[in-house]
Amino acid sequence: MVGLGALAALPACAGGDDGNTLHVYSGRHYGIETAFEQFTEQTGIKVEFLTGNDAELRERIVAEGEDTEADAYITVDAGNLAMGAEQGVFRSIESPKLAAAIPAEYSDPDQRWFGLALRVRTIVYNPDRVPLDEVPTTYEELAEPEWQGRVCLRVSTNVYQQSLVASLIATHGEQRALEIVRGWAANAEIVNNDVLLLESIADGICDVGIVNHYYLARKLEEDPSFPVKLLWANQDDRGAHVNVSGGGVTANSKHPELAQQFLEWLATDGQDVLVAANHEFPANADVAAEPLITEQFGLDFKRDPLGAADFGALNADAVRLMDEAGYQ
Amino acid sequence: MAVAVAVPVLLLAVGVLQPSTDVWAQQWRTRLPGQLLNTVVLLAGTATGAGVLGAGLAWVVSAYRFPGSRLLSGALILPLAMPGYILGFLTLSTFGRTGPIQDQWAAWFGRDAWFPPVESIGGAIATFTLVLYPYVYLLARAALRDQAAGAYHAARVLGATPGEAARRIVLPLVRPAIAAGAAVVMMETLTDFATVQYFGVDTVTVGVFRIWRGTYDRDAASEFATLVLGFALLAIALERIARRRARFGEAIGSGGGIEPVQLRGRRAALATTLCALPVGVAFIGPVTRLAAWAVQEQTSDRGTPLLEQYPRYLSHSLQLVVVTTVVVMAVAVLLANAMRFGRAGVTQAAARIAVFGYAVPGPVVGMGVLLAVVGADGALERLGGNLPGVAGAGSLLVLFYAYAVRFLAPGLGATEAGIDAVSEAVTASARSLGANPLRTMLRVHLPLARTSLVAGAILVGVDTLKELPIVLLLRPFGFDTLPVWVYDLAAESRFQQAALPALSIVAVAVAPVLLLSRQLERAT
Repeated sequence: MVGLGALAALPACAGGDDGNTLHVYSGRHYGIETAFEQFTEQTGIKVEFLTGNDAELRERIVAEGEDTEADAYITVDAGNLAMGAEQGVFRSIESPKLAAAIPAEYSDPDQRWFGLALRVRTIVYNPDRVPLDEVPTTYEELAEPEWQGRVCLRVSTNVYQQSLVASLIATHGEQRALEIVRGWAANAEIVNNDVLLLESIADGICDVGIVNHYYLARKLEEDPSFPVKLLWANQDDRGAHVNVSGGGVTANSKHPELAQQFLEWLATDGQDVLVAANHEFPANADVAAEPLITEQFGLDFKRDPLGAADFGALNADAVRLMDEAGYQ
Repeated sequence: MAVAVAVPVLLLAVGVLQPSTDVWAQQWRTRLPGQLLNTVVLLAGTATGAGVLGAGLAWVVSAYRFPGSRLLSGALILPLAMPGYILGFLTLSTFGRTGPIQDQWAAWFGRDAWFPPVESIGGAIATFTLVLYPYVYLLARAALRDQAAGAYHAARVLGATPGEAARRIVLPLVRPAIAAGAAVVMMETLTDFATVQYFGVDTVTVGVFRIWRGTYDRDAASEFATLVLGFALLAIALERIARRRARFGEAIGSGGGIEPVQLRGRRAALATTLCALPVGVAFIGPVTRLAAWAVQEQTSDRGTPLLEQYPRYLSHSLQLVVVTTVVVMAVAVLLANAMRFGRAGVTQAAARIAVFGYAVPGPVVGMGVLLAVVGADGALERLGGNLPGVAGAGSLLVLFYAYAVRFLAPGLGATEAGIDAVSEAVTASARSLGANPLRTMLRVHLPLARTSLVAGAILVGVDTLKELPIVLLLRPFGFDTLPVWVYDLAAESRFQQAALPALSIVAVAVAPVLLLSRQLERAT
């Protein structure tokens, strides 16, 4: 009963404002603690954070209004960031450091949010069941009838799948995007999450699928012989779909200068520790990707230049389109 | 009091006055019909499954003695300790197509051998039945002890066989308890949005979250949440019907319980197997798997360090449990007694409204509470005041308030079932002998209904311990709990790393669950 002792010893609630503590709401869950600790070590600024569901944390910031304690909001997925901007969660900040570190396509054109880590949603396959020269090379090809019953795709409630569909809308227009998603719906087994999806491919339940690259990196880290391989999608046209995880300074932040300093740190000195915990690609081109993904997947691939803000803004359309297409 | 509890939910319903017609039309054309059908099937299947299993097991352990019956009668409550959101990924990773069971199956009978489809509405019903039947079991068992024992003895003395006495005398007497349990089961099933998604079942609740989180349309999402509420009201109405036809309490709390019949031979073995099976499938199996994952995780290079965060999370969880349980049970006792003495439509209606918080998904309650608190703060500001920070958004007080809103229903349900069983004549006698309502409540009703009260308190406590969405949305900085810890890992699909915190929730929940069992045991 260690806990009962602790119950008496610990104050009910941490917190308080000493002017040197940064408060962060985070929809990103894994590995952030290490990054926050390093930031504190290097700058002396303390960080308190609160994890939660992306959409709900945004609602909380909006509802709290001027009373909010949040100085920064960090989340995954461009759709979440774009919606934060639309709801007035963020303030626009001018930061030469961020502008230099983060390429324009990964940030909000009005400087309200900045992508900090990159996740590529691309094609994976089981090499025992599909030879490399037969693997579909584009997202569109997975909608072709020949792949019926051989594809696993993630459920439509997932933000990454929504963003991928949003990028299809941005690229092809609603009509063609609807056809593609209909084709997916007809071909695919819908799976609850990317981990299960990879295991399904490994088990031969399906032959090909689409996942965020770091889920495969994680599997390979645990088991280098995990029988699934990755293929960068759409290399002969626009490139593979790149989503971001990022954040911004809240509109009602009490310490906007600390929050800005924090984002700048994450975009530069903190990039390593931020991306490495989750095998992501750094958004800052000057920072090297970790060895695992460099060796396993390579860095030399074409990325879809579509701005995160552009497909982020189409998220709601993507959800409706998946409804129309009968995509579970 | 009931109004304070109902406000956050009613705030949502206001949106229906200005419906988002285009969203409704679009959803009606695409997903809504399927969602409605799935919801009906899921609710009916789970209520039936949990009702039959829970009541049946309660009868078996109350009426018979067989090897292990004492132990099993307590162990049968254990699945309550397992949060649904953990069992979802656990069931799927164990019985699902990529899990070890089906792998073994394929090794024996070949890849194409038939296996019941786990990722289906049937799989979801089976899972919910197995986690939720203890709600029925618990209330039915308490009712058997408190209410049905005397009548059962009388029937047996008058020559009825045990089966006949059970069907004609006991079942009608415990029906309110079964109905109350089944209503709780339906609410729990209805408001779930995590487990169903593992099984690929699209319900109205999933619809609410698709609209809210996917299209960012909170107004439309709130309107769809009233659909969920509608289903819940239907469940409550069904409970009322089942309960109304049984308005007679035992004149005195007999307290003796049913004299169990000793089983021998094959029948004893059958009874033991029957009771051991749900415990094994819904508790021991999952716990073993979690433990295996936890060991694997802790012995790997990653080996997440625990000692630092563990006591903090645990103490936060315990604080929530204690405060919520005390507050909820106090309110429940007052409301249930007000209904007995008041008899006025107003009290009744207030008590009915009070259960709204249980009838919509947790995040919706959280959002409603947030808006209510922020609204109150804004109104005060216009009057020149200000809500003190301690009662503002992101404070512990608001968190406790939200929990009271959320969990009044299970507390009230159990309390009411207990007090309903006290005959009106007993109340009338106490009053005519000069006891005022307060004294009648304290000296007559509460002692007679004590088993139900303890059952209610434990249901609320365990529910609070497992609760995730509200604490996620409303907690103050630093107030992370065990479920938040699970969430942080499960949200990133790091299920193996989530095993240890998940196991901790179960371990903590087991203590009150066993306590409850002891209490029931001692009372018998």
